[in-house]
Amino acid sequence: MNTALALLKFLAPESILAETALVVLIAGLFKATAQKRGVLLSLTLMGGFAAGALLLLFPQNANIAHGMVVLDPLTRLVKLAILGLSLIAAIFAAGSTVREHFAEYLGLILFSTIGMMLLAGTEDLLMIFIGLEMTSIPLYILTGYLKRSSTSAEAALKYFLVGGVSAAFLLFGLSLIYGVTGSTSIADLAQTPRATLLDPLFIAGVVMAMVGFGFKVAAVPFHLWAPDVYEGAPTPSAALIASGSKVAGFLILAKLLTFGFAKGTGSAAWGFLQPGWLPLLAIVGAASVVVGNLAALSQSNVKRILAYSAIAQSGYMLLGLTAAGPIGVSSVIFYVIVYALTTLGAFGVVSLVEQRRGGSQLHHFEGLHKSAPGLALCMGVFMISLAGIPPLAGFFGKFYLFAGALGSVSSQYSGNLGLLWLIIVAVAFNAVSLYYYLIVLKHVFVIQPAAEPAPASPHCATSAFVGFLALAVFALGLYPPALLAPIQYAVAAVTEAAAQH
Amino acid sequence: MSNSLLTLLTFLPLAGALLVALLPAKRLLIRAAGLGIAFAALGAALTLAFNYDRAAGGLQFVEKWDWIPSLDIQYYLGADGLSLMLLVLTAIITPFALLALGDRVTKLNVSLILLLQTTLFGTFTALNFIHWFLFYELSLVPVFLLIRMGGSAKATAAATQFFIYTLFGGFAMLLGFLAIHQATGTFNLIDLAAIAHQSKLGHALSSAFKWHPDCINVLVFGGIFLGLAVKVPVVPFHTWLPYAYSEAPAPVSMLLTGVLSKMGVYGFLRLLMPLFPGLMRHLAVPLLGFAVVTIVFSALAALAQKDLKRIVAYSSINHLGYCLLGIFAVTTALHAPGETNERAAAMNGVLLQVFNHGITAAALFCFIGFIERRSNGLRGLNDFGGLRTVAPVLAGLMGISIFSSLGLPGLNGFAGEFLIFKGSFALAPAASTLAAIGLFVTAVFLLTMIQRVFTGPLSERWASFPDLTTAERFTVAPIIALMFVLGICPQLLIALFNNTVLKLLP
Amino acid sequence: MPTELLPTATILSAFLGVALILLLPTRFGQCAKWIALLSALTGFGFAVAAFRGYDMAPGADPLQSVVNLPWVDFPRIGFTTGADGVSLVLLLLTGIIATTGVLFSWNVTQQPRAFFALFLTIIGGVYGVFQSLDLFLLFVCYEIVIVPKYFLISNWGSTNREYGAMKLTIYSVAGSALVLLGLLATYVLSPEHSLDLRTLAATDFPRAFQFWAFPVMFLGFAILAGIWPFHTWAPTGHVAAPTAVSMLLAGVVMKLGSYGALRVAMTLFPLGLEYWRMPIAILATAGILYGALVALAQKDLKFVVGYSSINHMGFVLLGLVTLNTVGLSGAVLQMFSHGIIGGLLFAVVGRMIYDRTHTRDIALLGGMNLAKALPFAAFTFVVASLASMGLPAFSGFIAEISILLGAWKTFPVFLIFAALGVVITVAFTLRALQRTFFPAHATATDAHDEASHAFDPITLPERLGAMILMAVTFGIGLFPKILLTPILHSFTSPQSLMHHLIQGVAK
Repeated sequence: MNTALALLKFLAPESILAETALVVLIAGLFKATAQKRGVLLSLTLMGGFAAGALLLLFPQNANIAHGMVVLDPLTRLVKLAILGLSLIAAIFAAGSTVREHFAEYLGLILFSTIGMMLLAGTEDLLMIFIGLEMTSIPLYILTGYLKRSSTSAEAALKYFLVGGVSAAFLLFGLSLIYGVTGSTSIADLAQTPRATLLDPLFIAGVVMAMVGFGFKVAAVPFHLWAPDVYEGAPTPSAALIASGSKVAGFLILAKLLTFGFAKGTGSAAWGFLQPGWLPLLAIVGAASVVVGNLAALSQSNVKRILAYSAIAQSGYMLLGLTAAGPIGVSSVIFYVIVYALTTLGAFGVVSLVEQRRGGSQLHHFEGLHKSAPGLALCMGVFMISLAGIPPLAGFFGKFYLFAGALGSVSSQYSGNLGLLWLIIVAVAFNAVSLYYYLIVLKHVFVIQPAAEPAPASPHCATSAFVGFLALAVFALGLYPPALLAPIQYAVAAVTEAAAQH
Repeated sequence: MSNSLLTLLTFLPLAGALLVALLPAKRLLIRAAGLGIAFAALGAALTLAFNYDRAAGGLQFVEKWDWIPSLDIQYYLGADGLSLMLLVLTAIITPFALLALGDRVTKLNVSLILLLQTTLFGTFTALNFIHWFLFYELSLVPVFLLIRMGGSAKATAAATQFFIYTLFGGFAMLLGFLAIHQATGTFNLIDLAAIAHQSKLGHALSSAFKWHPDCINVLVFGGIFLGLAVKVPVVPFHTWLPYAYSEAPAPVSMLLTGVLSKMGVYGFLRLLMPLFPGLMRHLAVPLLGFAVVTIVFSALAALAQKDLKRIVAYSSINHLGYCLLGIFAVTTALHAPGETNERAAAMNGVLLQVFNHGITAAALFCFIGFIERRSNGLRGLNDFGGLRTVAPVLAGLMGISIFSSLGLPGLNGFAGEFLIFKGSFALAPAASTLAAIGLFVTAVFLLTMIQRVFTGPLSERWASFPDLTTAERFTVAPIIALMFVLGICPQLLIALFNNTVLKLLP
Repeated sequence: MPTELLPTATILSAFLGVALILLLPTRFGQCAKWIALLSALTGFGFAVAAFRGYDMAPGADPLQSVVNLPWVDFPRIGFTTGADGVSLVLLLLTGIIATTGVLFSWNVTQQPRAFFALFLTIIGGVYGVFQSLDLFLLFVCYEIVIVPKYFLISNWGSTNREYGAMKLTIYSVAGSALVLLGLLATYVLSPEHSLDLRTLAATDFPRAFQFWAFPVMFLGFAILAGIWPFHTWAPTGHVAAPTAVSMLLAGVVMKLGSYGALRVAMTLFPLGLEYWRMPIAILATAGILYGALVALAQKDLKFVVGYSSINHMGFVLLGLVTLNTVGLSGAVLQMFSHGIIGGLLFAVVGRMIYDRTHTRDIALLGGMNLAKALPFAAFTFVVASLASMGLPAFSGFIAEISILLGAWKTFPVFLIFAALGVVITVAFTLRALQRTFFPAHATATDAHDEASHAFDPITLPERLGAMILMAVTFGIGLFPKILLTPILHSFTSPQSLMHHLIQGVAK
């Protein structure tokens, strides 16, 4: 009884979101409101704000049903971030090319958000799977939302098939882990005796789970769906895939690996390779960094560039996880939130450009600095932050990420920078990445369009939020502690709790 | 106030150059201003020379200010007899050249000549190497631009060649001094001379570089020697000279040969001799060889020239060769007892020769300039003939200068050469004997010049060759007078530096 | 204002200028240059004030005006700035180049707001690098400079600008990637996980670590300083850039590299330095010779100046690795001197000549009788050339002398080559000067040329800018003590950061 009541209490934000989704859907049924995107959006935002307020109001610590639903400072912070990102994606949707069935579109965004928040707030393998599916299924639909566009349909099908396969991998992996350890709780996994960790079945389970997550976060070699999906999906959908769902995915991956498999790390240090999830992660991460950055060099569509950049950025984050400790978790969370803000903003700009100029090829961006200087400036901020150039947030994120990963192994083999090889790869390809970000900016700022495009008034709310995101990226770069301190505090709290367990 | 006389003298022409640059571009005004400054400088230089306490000798009017203490670089000025003699020479030649400018008077040219004068004054009074080098190198700039005044493509090439050669030599010298600084920690020439006097410089160098002691000493010596040899010039580092002298306008050649080449000789006396007395004695044979080759080669080369300017240019090399002969002869016997008289004679001869050659060669170039002006630039040895009949004054005065140049007794050239040979025959008989060949050849080519240009049948072409104008006569008259005065009474000059000479000889 | 804040105020003045320009409404775009000038002058004023306030008493800590504001708790990063003599000299240089750079871009009419905002951003970053005492802050400021360079060149540049801009950016980023790598490793290995330069300088890093960390960091910085053979960005970048940016690149941005090499790589890793000293000296000497020889063969006047930068920066690097106070102080003085002279040369070539003649081909320029048509430009170029040759009485002379003097002690053999480089420098400078301004046939064709080439007269801002630069190079040439004393104080004081370094080698 208590559990049920507690569930209702602690999942109130999610419930509010679900109710909002229903209200929006119902509003979409009436002719009076169906075409009024502003009204629908306001409803969504109201619900979102209510959910956010509830998140802030409720107690910080709770653990229901042995980790099924967990509330701690970390989950709360991440949930807030997810909520914010999703709402901004919803606002972008209002100014995008999605015009039909707008209420349903918003509803799907909300449903997906619920999935993400559940995912973020659990420490149970089963709930992880459920959360992932709840996130993904609305995203499949959001991807194929432009039903008259064949690329959108193709993207949706691809995403769906790949997602389905990855879900199968994940489920199989999780079930193997459960079979070996007899528990689905991350906290229990952390207590698993070492011998069990060497069980081939267990290892197979971990590998399969990682394959599943690899698909979700688009890490090489499981990345092939990403460029097509980013390109084909309506831009707000792509933004949501790249931002909110990534934040939730990386949080849970970080938790699972760092806390759940804390004893099975192995080592990825040069010359000290030992089996475990670290070498696996290191190889997948390095491959993502290399392939993502190289493939992005030859793209001509900004959304595809962002897709490959997303693959590369996933790589950096996976490398960050190799720190295998609280520093790794906090650096990855910081990085993924900053990345989500940045990429969301970039997709916002793309969405506006698409709406006004009918496409997201590089040449559609030519002369943007003349027709919309503010927008161009924001795009500059996003691209430069993605490239990791100070004083923008992306740089501090990378610095912290790399420093954490590099520092992690030296404490084990004193004086030996074991993961240096990974960091060399990451830093080198980070330098490469500036090239394609600059290519985008070159079209924005330098190349003059052949014909002056007709000026069109940009969508106010979208522009405002793009500006807000740019400002946030800039401010977080100047003063990282604004976000970093809460994250570090939350991670410290969680680590402490895990230690007491 | 009385202490900054040399500084005032040095920067007076510079101020004049700025003044001229700011004046309106009226030829008369500029000429007047330029000459005014130049004569003021002459007056100042003479005053200094008269106020110099000859009996006491040594350095006077010393000024010393810290400049870059960390590198031991000072603004360090002082003058002894040698310096004063060269200051006076510079102060004489400069107005002479300005007068000879004729219709080439422009703001730029006058300013550059005055600027050059400042750098020369600076060079002849500096007592810290860097201070010295600063003015030494800076003199290249006005000279470079002045040579280009000739205007032809050849003049441009000649100017560049001059610049590069001298600068290259300058850097060799700079490297040498950097090494010395490395070893001793000072750029102060007086201190260095004192160190060298105690024979410590060689040890300091070899211990600072841990090379073979002879090797580093010879290298450093070679670097400094090279720099000076280019400037004098010593054969075979002379190839820039005939070119530059002949392509530059005559007034510039006057400055080049009259004072600029003296910088090199001055360098030998002020830098090389006091710092490396021992080494110079060891290397006496090759050094004397250089001097002899310079004398003989340049004389023979002058014989083969067909261009008046080039003849005088080579004769210039030849005359300075005697100075080198004297210097090197003196150093061969620096530590030998006795023979003091010979050494003093040779040294006095060298200094006298420096002054006399300055005057005479400048006068010769001046005359060639006059001829050129009348012949539309023609100046070939065989282009003329019989000018004596149409331009007797020119022929007469130029003849005097030529005879002065070949050392006719009674004219100024004689005393110097005589004293040099008097000293060096005793000190380095073989080299002096060989060098004497040069004397004969000199006589031959200078007389040939008189013969081809002034005597013989007058060609139709030059029937209306005008004689010297009054202005031109007044330009050269003081110099010709000076030739006689110094020829008859060389003591006037010797008294100025005799004491210095005795101090130069340890 | 308290004196400790004076150096920091230079950074603020630059970024305040950026903010003001960005706030300026588009229609007042032409006011941007006034704001930029004001901001540059303010920065320069602060730099001068800081320089004058520098305490050189024998016992005084060379590192003064230290400002320490907390920034991030973990990883521990502070906004820590402070200035010693080396920093102050370079701050002064930055102030001068910023001011004259604005003066020489007075004629920018295309998007002036963006131009000056980017320009001042670079200036602010450069000010920051020269006084950062926290490696993170230093790196942040170092990277701030990169992206504005790209846009300034690709938007306002000339010949081959997009190529030049991209090449320059890629080299810069490659360099900074190396630096970042070194930075991360240093951070991880530092016992207190600190990035404070003062703490790090007192740390003895393991020899094996220094062995690889030093070349990584040194090279990373030196790429920006134009070390041979990673110099190729410099000529193309300089040539493509608009005048003010060429001035900035040659004047201060290349100095970032040499400053970083000194302040970070050399100070932190003396053992590594000792191991890699000879190879660096070889590269530096090669740069001196190569830059001079290549400049000798150029047809484009700006390329001549561009390669001369390689040559002059070679001296800086050679001076740095001599590791004695004379050579080091010479290197710092040469940084200053080349900043001024290089800036002046680019100003003449880019602004005074190219903006009027629209060509930089030496042969074509030779036919325009520039000495008559643009006498002020000719005069300025002559002065700049003389200074660039290292003639006495100009700032380059004392700097090069000190470097050569330092090198005599350590690398007597390279010295010969370096001196050879000096001579070739004279040759190529003279060649460019002659062929451009005083071609042999000029006097013959005087008459008819004068009419055919009527150029706009040299404007007042240009004259002012050129006068300032000429006065500085001449003034420092005559009174190098002004700069040398604080520089030496920073090297010789036992409290100096570099004390470690110089002592280490003296052993």
